[in-house]
Amino acid sequence: MHKTQKTTTPVTRRGALKTLGTGVGALAAVSAVPGFRFSQAHGSEPIRVGFQVHRTGIGAAYGRWYDRTTQAAAKRINDAGGINGRPLEIIAADDGTDPKRGAEVVEKLATQENCDVVFGTLFSHVVVGSAPRAGELKIPYFVVSEGHHVASGILNRYTLQPGITDVKSQVEAMAPFVVNNLGKKVTMVFPDYAFGHDHRDYFSAAVERSGGSIGALIPIPPTETSFTKYFPNIPQDTEVLYHVMVGPAVLTFVKELGEFFGSSGPQLFGFIDSLEAVDIGSSGLEFLNGSHFWEGFPRYAQADQSSHDAAYRAAVGVDANGASVSDPQDVSTYAHMFGCWETLNVIKAGMEAANYRGPNDRTALIEAVEAMNQIPLSDDHPQGSKLFNGKSHQVFGHQYISKVADGRLDLVHTTSIEDTMYPDEVDYTTQSF
Amino acid sequence: MTGNLKENSLHVGVLVILAALFFVVSDYHDGNLARIMVLAVYAVGYNLLFGYSGLLSLGHALFFAAGMYGLGLSMNLLGFAALPALLVGIVFSAGVSAIVGFLALRTSGVAFMIVTLMFAQAGFLTALHFGEYTRGDEGFVIQQASRMIAGIDLSAHANRYFAAFGFFALSYVAVAILVRSPFGRCLVAIRENEERARMLGYDVWMHKYLAVIASGTISGLSGAAYALLFGYAGATFASVQYSILPLLWVLLGGAGTTIGPLIGTAFAFYLIDLASEITTAHLLVVGLTIVLLTLFAPQGISGELRRRGLKWLP
Repeated sequence: MHKTQKTTTPVTRRGALKTLGTGVGALAAVSAVPGFRFSQAHGSEPIRVGFQVHRTGIGAAYGRWYDRTTQAAAKRINDAGGINGRPLEIIAADDGTDPKRGAEVVEKLATQENCDVVFGTLFSHVVVGSAPRAGELKIPYFVVSEGHHVASGILNRYTLQPGITDVKSQVEAMAPFVVNNLGKKVTMVFPDYAFGHDHRDYFSAAVERSGGSIGALIPIPPTETSFTKYFPNIPQDTEVLYHVMVGPAVLTFVKELGEFFGSSGPQLFGFIDSLEAVDIGSSGLEFLNGSHFWEGFPRYAQADQSSHDAAYRAAVGVDANGASVSDPQDVSTYAHMFGCWETLNVIKAGMEAANYRGPNDRTALIEAVEAMNQIPLSDDHPQGSKLFNGKSHQVFGHQYISKVADGRLDLVHTTSIEDTMYPDEVDYTTQSF
Repeated sequence: MTGNLKENSLHVGVLVILAALFFVVSDYHDGNLARIMVLAVYAVGYNLLFGYSGLLSLGHALFFAAGMYGLGLSMNLLGFAALPALLVGIVFSAGVSAIVGFLALRTSGVAFMIVTLMFAQAGFLTALHFGEYTRGDEGFVIQQASRMIAGIDLSAHANRYFAAFGFFALSYVAVAILVRSPFGRCLVAIRENEERARMLGYDVWMHKYLAVIASGTISGLSGAAYALLFGYAGATFASVQYSILPLLWVLLGGAGTTIGPLIGTAFAFYLIDLASEITTAHLLVVGLTIVLLTLFAPQGISGELRRRGLKWLP
């Protein structure tokens, strides 16, 4: 009878490191081998949509909801038969909300993951940093950013924004309402970087065109953590204070604003960007009661809610207050994330119109999207009807103005699409592929 | 083999391998290697100051961004062609590093770190403030059609790779020669014992000053090369994160070694790339790896190789 001798080798620190190193090395080597990834017969091969998502970095709160919306939209498309009979597959990659990593991710999605298109980028600096690479790789790049970068003409023919309106049209459409309803003398408080400068430039010009005037322009350095010292610069005859502070400092900003003005301050008008993913009923935001906000899509379900909004909320998992159905504290980025839903539906419509079969049809896909014009309100486009401008690669649509009352946002005004339009600054269709 | 022959063989071998890799690996890895080589130029510049001179700067993003904006703004606002714009980027970063070095070298140790950090923050805020020209954090595109030198389109796949290779080879060889020269030896002597170097009659301040300028200029070359080859310039590259990155790359690869910056940059790049494929918590994997390396190989990868037998490693 043999006696089995059980031997044990003590795990040394060095041994553990070697094992770890070998494992990582093997993983790296195997994943670099061509053909390592699962592949299918061409006919049933999924349409691969690269999703450039802000999972980490300053855009993570937006990224989380962009991801949920994208997954819900993809599921709905697949449940309805996919695109040209092929399933849609979302290949997500984190860009860290960083322009350098963003460009690397576009390259990875295009050349390693073999995606048909790349989509989903929000933050403008990531879009501007990534778009040149998308153009060089000749891969359609559908951004959901609301930046004016696409329509300004600085990008390229491969970059399109068909699912969300841009900041210039949003801001300009607000000015008539502000001047006619809240007051003619406006002071602007804005962060001293590109996002704030866009608001400063487009809104101040639009206010003057609408018959109002700008009392003061007050830039706040991005590193600022306390704001009271800037408030004495607000002229006393200011009737409307326009604010677009973003990031964690917005709570401090609003609190200090309330302490400074008490109950006798000017009317407030802000962009919901400041408070996306933040509960409007949060402690410290009481001073916002009675103030107005731009919303890309009303966060709270309104009394006359459309069936399209209801279906969209249900699919994504958002309740009537704009929070997750599974966690009421998890407030969505409702004013922006519909852009992912609508953009995926534009990609689907474009691929079907172009009879898209593979990367050789990418230019046909872009031409098909450029040919789009009227986009009606529907389950595919629950935010509202839109007009797509094929020359500037930018969509135009309704904007919403809501008023804070009793810890929620109630819709008080909807702009027309015409209110949001401005002359073309570029014609991408004249650029060759 | 003599030490010098081994060193020269290593340097030539590294460059031959990098050139050959273009023909071996996939397009995706070619693209990654082009980025790694451009960013390794930044790490090479940083290593000259930190690894060889013992000066820990937390403000090198200022020099990187100076090169980037020098090239980008001269092309976009002044209509310069790519080559003169590249020279503007290099000269501008040299000028900025000369000014910063002149002022920052009045301090040493922790104070030097803080002063360089503050200069870089001032540069970052300046880039944001003059958004009318720089487009601030959003940045601006350098159009593909203008990214050409002598009729060569630097946005094309192979051209970009070999341009990146050229920039890396230039800085790698230049620093390898520099650190073997009497000037480089003196920098190492200052790093090891500044008082002794001074007692031996070396002008310590001037050596450190020239090291700051050389390091800042090489970093600026990297910034200009990045903008030229990848078509984008933005204030993110002037932020504090981009001052920390070259420090990280040099620490990982091995401070005070010529090959360390390339190894560290490539290691960090692929660590993030591979970890992000496996888990959404990839930053945790990156952080853990850095902690492990710091604990078990505090001299970095090439420093550890040198400690374990390759004593001749430059």
